[in-house]
Amino acid sequence: MSRLNSPAELEEFRKSILSKRDPDKPCITLCSGSACHATGSREVAASIEAEIKKQGLSAAVDVRKTGCHGFCERGPIIVIHPEKICYFQIKPEDVPEIVSRTIKEKQVIERLLYSDPNTKEKIIHESEIPFYKNQERLVFGSNGSIDPKRIDDYLAIDGYSALAKVLAGMTSGQVVEEVKKSNLRGRGGGGFPAGRKWEGSRNAPDEIKYVIVNADEGDPGAYMDRSLLEGNPHAVLEGLIIGAYAIGSHEGYIYVRQEYPLAVENVNIAIQQAEAYGFLGQNILGSGFDFTVKVHQGAGAFVSGESTALMTALEGRVGEPRPKYIRSNIKGLWGKPSVLNNVETWANVPLIINQGADWFTRFGTDGSKGTKIFSLVGKITNTGLVEVPMGMTLRDIIYNIGGGIPGDKKFKAVQTGGPSGGCLPEELLDLEVGFDELTKAGSMMGSGGMIVMDEDTCMVDVARYFIDFLTDESCGKCVPCREGLRQMLKKLTNITKGKGEEGDIELLEEISEIAKEASLCALGTSAPNPFLSTVRYFRDEYEAHIKEKRCPALSCKELISYYIDSGKCRACMICLRKCPADAVDGGKKKIHIIDQEKCTKCGTCFEVCPSRFSAVKKISGEPVPPPIPEEERMIIRKSKAQ
Amino acid sequence: MDIDKIDQIIDEHQGEASSLIQVLLAIQSENRWLPKEALERVSEKLQVPLIRIQHIATFYKAFSLVPKGRHEIHICMGTACHVRGAMRVLETVQDLTGIRPGETDLDLKFSLETVNCLGCCALGPVMEIDGKTHGKVAPGESAGVLKNYE
Amino acid sequence: MTEIRLQIDGKEVVAKEGMTVLEAAQSAGVSIPTLCHHEKLEPFGGCRICIVELEFRDWTRRVVSCVYPAEENLVVRTRSKKIDKIRKMILELLLAHAPDSPELQDLAQVYGADKDRFEKETSFCIHCGLCVRYCDEVKKKNAVGFVDRGIRKEISFIPEIASKECWNCKECFPLCPTEALQAAYLLTQSLTSPPPSPEPASE
Repeated sequence: MSRLNSPAELEEFRKSILSKRDPDKPCITLCSGSACHATGSREVAASIEAEIKKQGLSAAVDVRKTGCHGFCERGPIIVIHPEKICYFQIKPEDVPEIVSRTIKEKQVIERLLYSDPNTKEKIIHESEIPFYKNQERLVFGSNGSIDPKRIDDYLAIDGYSALAKVLAGMTSGQVVEEVKKSNLRGRGGGGFPAGRKWEGSRNAPDEIKYVIVNADEGDPGAYMDRSLLEGNPHAVLEGLIIGAYAIGSHEGYIYVRQEYPLAVENVNIAIQQAEAYGFLGQNILGSGFDFTVKVHQGAGAFVSGESTALMTALEGRVGEPRPKYIRSNIKGLWGKPSVLNNVETWANVPLIINQGADWFTRFGTDGSKGTKIFSLVGKITNTGLVEVPMGMTLRDIIYNIGGGIPGDKKFKAVQTGGPSGGCLPEELLDLEVGFDELTKAGSMMGSGGMIVMDEDTCMVDVARYFIDFLTDESCGKCVPCREGLRQMLKKLTNITKGKGEEGDIELLEEISEIAKEASLCALGTSAPNPFLSTVRYFRDEYEAHIKEKRCPALSCKELISYYIDSGKCRACMICLRKCPADAVDGGKKKIHIIDQEKCTKCGTCFEVCPSRFSAVKKISGEPVPPPIPEEERMIIRKSKAQ
Repeated sequence: MDIDKIDQIIDEHQGEASSLIQVLLAIQSENRWLPKEALERVSEKLQVPLIRIQHIATFYKAFSLVPKGRHEIHICMGTACHVRGAMRVLETVQDLTGIRPGETDLDLKFSLETVNCLGCCALGPVMEIDGKTHGKVAPGESAGVLKNYE
Repeated sequence: MTEIRLQIDGKEVVAKEGMTVLEAAQSAGVSIPTLCHHEKLEPFGGCRICIVELEFRDWTRRVVSCVYPAEENLVVRTRSKKIDKIRKMILELLLAHAPDSPELQDLAQVYGADKDRFEKETSFCIHCGLCVRYCDEVKKKNAVGFVDRGIRKEISFIPEIASKECWNCKECFPLCPTEALQAAYLLTQSLTSPPPSPEPASE
């Protein structure tokens, strides 16, 4: 790898890379993001490499381990180029057939294709699969084409051309103007206009300035930043270097969660390779601009992802937010002007520079331009990462892309914005996704978590869950957050256990008001949102818990009872054997009864009862039906088979 | 843990006070816990008050001031896993191992921790043991999974 | 040093550049309640009870006065229905920990805070941080500090340092509004072995 000393040299080199790549050469790409690793993609990779070698195809076929493709529900995923045939849920045993039939004989293997759940039609190409087709994968789409550990792959798709364009022909002021014009708003949660943030730092009269990538993605259920950083670290780096040039910074930091080891590894490799080519270091591409970047790992604290807390952690101190009312783009890291932006925000910058702000503003709504990557998870058929233009409705995302709710269950709510956000009910499904729209509805965009909930989800428990999370993660410095959340957690836990009292909702609302008004940082001021939004849209569930000691979703353990419907029980003894508390009384052909004294409400019987019987029932707010008399418990087989 | 190894780690970070958290992470990774002697040595060499190191070591989940078990169980409590029943899995595992999150059992066999989002939401509820992911875990199956670990 | 003119509770106040709203108020004899503030220490911004209201032409904003810089033409109100409500709740949340604290009781009277609003909590430390910050910024000994975070946060002495430095100092003791500090010190002392030397027999 030799240094590229000018934009011209970069283009020469890029041409030479492309000239050596035959677009018609067979290539097997395998999704190798962390989620696919969890479903066995490493074993599949080993199998591919072994099979290619075995069949003597090492020279004829390329193998590329790429970043996350986004369709995590169906991983591991293989795409065969150049035909772009998509195979899903691959096991190592499938590989020999893939190599023999698809690579060598150019035949499609039907059983590995995506099958439309309604029409059962098999779809061959990624571009025709509804999950992908309905997205707008401007930022995330590149993941499928590059091996994050090979910088040449990034160069082959025009990587670092935006940087070259900036260094060769734009002033720092022009870069800031372009980003301002694009209306790019922070993708980490705050939604603050990036251009304005950059402008503030650029104008600050300080020699030393910093740029920071916030990769401390802490919202539970959100993993977009991880997949971006794992799959396309160079896009983030390129955006960062451009931002540094724009504000006049020569030192940058990438703060990554240590819970993301693959992202840490890939970003470190990317930095090394970028340094080798001269995209980092001194006199980048001969422009005279110097810039270096260091990686710092987080150590397991959600609050340290708050921008002032993150900067404090970078300084080697405890990552607690700062109480001062000073914008960190003026006085941030070590008191110097610092631009901190989220991973996805930085990844959008090269696109904006290359295609222009005008192009970018064609996507999205008036207030929210561009696209957003969401992690669509929970009670949804197509779990995964989706990138959509701002302005798409929740309904389209959840149904057209997400494939709706699995198992014939009914949609109940969608939670956005992580612990700072809220739950939106069915009536709001036609809401157009955007920063201001979500905030007005009582939720927020947040980092992009989108958790779908169905009729089995208890909304009071959801509020309790988030308050529990925040109580664990609060830094504890200020009273409204530390003490307010402490009391809110107690109350909400009591409500889910049937110990709620009249006046509880009002007390929780009062504490919420104080936390929103007086907390030191955004963790505290936004902490009441999950509670407030669930009370706003699902107040009846709270009242049922408090007044009737009933959980409408049949979820809160202390408020539900399990019993066996004697009309449906066939005495198969499966639940009897599996019950960890020996609470099922019965025998072969003797209808089972659950002993309510012994039952621990673990739900095992409910899970294991065969669906053709569905004899185990849940009930809440009223006692279980009395057991049938002993005489009637024996099942007498009629002479005909049933 | 031997002093030389600690000094080596400190030198790798140029002995800068701002790298304190990175140094502690390296020691934790190497040694699987942070002995008091290690904290005192770091305090001395980085010229940082021990009280700050003590706060950092207790503030962040990555650090352990006591030895960890042979097998680390991580149960994902992310929202998607929660909605798919992660609490039940956690309760079952707590009953089976006798420990709660943040604790290690007396035989130093298992350490239990809850984590927020491993990013395998499609497999929820998820339990990770020694880095290996077990997906779609039903509470009744947890005993079977844990039995495999000595 | 430039002068800053602002209005606090209808009173014209002249502040020096660099002053916070709290300092400006105190210099003009306007009283704002505080729990974590101390003139020898950097502002902490933890108790939030010094919160005040800023009036602008058609909107108001509430800020914590111990860290908000005094600005030209600022209009400040130290009491309002909202402010009082916030202070009352803060006190009630803290009284659950330390109902016998004289400072808390005095303020509770002013704001009508009910010490029994919330169930009593086991720890009576209110996390004002005065002890920790005094030992760090003034004495520079760092014998006592915080450990953990959130509702598990506590103050903790480092026995080796405390046994050397604290016996002849104890300057932090009078700062503690709840005597949680003294309790923590005694606990550390009793758990330290061998006992620190030398010491008089009576406590």
